[in-house]
This record gives sequence, structure tokens and C-alpha cells, in this order.
Amino acid sequence: MELRTEVSEVKGWTVVTVHGEIDVATSPTLRERLIDLVNGGATRLVLDLEAVDFLDSTGLGTIVSLLKRVRTHGGDLRLVCTEARIRRLFEITGLEKAVPLHASLDDAISAG
Amino acid sequence: MAVVELEIPARSAYLSLVRLVVDAAIGSLAPGLSPARLDDLKIAVTEACSNAIEAQESNWSEGPVVVRCTIADDEVRVEIIDRGAGFDPDDIETLPAVTDPRRLRHESGMGIVLMRTLADEVSFTPSADGTRVSLVVRRPADPAS
Repeated sequence: MELRTEVSEVKGWTVVTVHGEIDVATSPTLRERLIDLVNGGATRLVLDLEAVDFLDSTGLGTIVSLLKRVRTHGGDLRLVCTEARIRRLFEITGLEKAVPLHASLDDAISAG
Repeated sequence: MAVVELEIPARSAYLSLVRLVVDAAIGSLAPGLSPARLDDLKIAVTEACSNAIEAQESNWSEGPVVVRCTIADDEVRVEIIDRGAGFDPDDIETLPAVTDPRRLRHESGMGIVLMRTLADEVSFTPSADGTRVSLVVRRPADPAS
């Protein structure tokens, strides 16, 4: 399945909406797009995972990599995810402690 | 008992197909398994297949990766068989605690954790010919029987 991303600007945040499946086959493409965004100055990022059909450990690794990159640039990363099967992966691996999951884009942007 | 077997070239582009086959085979042959458990199993199978593909690529090994689904009355078992160099699952570095800042140094190594958490039973059988990973999810008793 194709991986598709949409990028928009909302209240000073760069919002990346991901569609499709994130696995070993598609993670490199996603990682490349996200690195390009950060290198281009987008260091306040929201990654919207609501349209993600599948996520594996490679996808989690991509998110960890992105988090470190934005923090290195003095920025921040927030995630939007309500799907239980995907939230569970963040809980199992403990990544929810490092990258909070928000229930909506509004929540992610307005969080302190 | 029903067995569905799929052979794929050792390339990550086929992972999506593996998930489709596992979903269709188990969804139709083990209807008692909840969608959430089927999702868990598909993640665990993807992790095992990704490792198998990587093992074969790094070993320059020709030949397919085999995914075999065995649906029994009380369990669903998916075996992933590769011809890679093999590995010791107990030799994998343990991830630091989530409260440890060093935790974020680890972008990989989460696949085995997910397999062990999402499946009811996981076994790794390395041999001279490759590795067999067996993932088991228990089926609830059929109320009709």
C-alpha cells in the first residue's frame, strides 16, 4: 500500500498527516520526508496518525528519530492518535511517555 | 485443522501482502478470533517477517520466506521460516526503562518486544539453515460447540 503524506500549517505548527501503512517498506520514505521538513525549518511538528492503517516497530523508530531531530533543533513533536490498536504500541514500548498522544489536532496544538 | 502457506520473495514490498493473506485466512478460518487479536497477530507477523527478510538480505540468501498459518480449534499459529544466518533472541540488548533518557537512543530493537507482548506464545528456533519463528494466539472456545 502506498504511503501518502499531507503537510499543512496550523497556528505556527507544521502538521503532517500520514495516510496508509508504515512498515519496513514505507518507513524510509516517511523518514526522508520528515527529515526534509525539519531541515527546511519545520521544528514544531504535529504528526497526525489518524489515517494510518498499520504501524510497526520501524514506524515507531522513525518517530523516535524525528523526536530527537526536532529536539536537537530546539523544537517539539506532538502526535495525534485515537486508534486503540496504534496507541497500544506506544504503551507497550513506553514511547507514550516520551511523545504524548493527543486525541485531536486542536488538543495537540493547544497542549502546554 | 487448516493450514494456509504463503511463500514470498525476501523483500519488504511483500509485507503488505503477508498481512492481507493472514487477515483473510484467519478471518475466514478462525472467526472466533477478535479483530483486536487479529490486529495484534498481524503486527507480530510483520515484525517476524521483517527480521526474516533482513536476515536473508544480509546473508545474501536466495529463496523465499515461508509464512505458514495453522488454524486449530484452540489456537492460531503462524510460523515464519527464513534461510538467513540466524540469531540468538536472548542476546538482544534490553531497552532502557522508559523513564531513562537513554531510552530514546534506541530507534530499533522494539520488534521482539512487540512480538513477545502481542502474541500469547513466541518461540525462536535457529538452525544451520535459518530461523523459524512461531507465533501463537489462543482462540476462545466456540460457544456453539
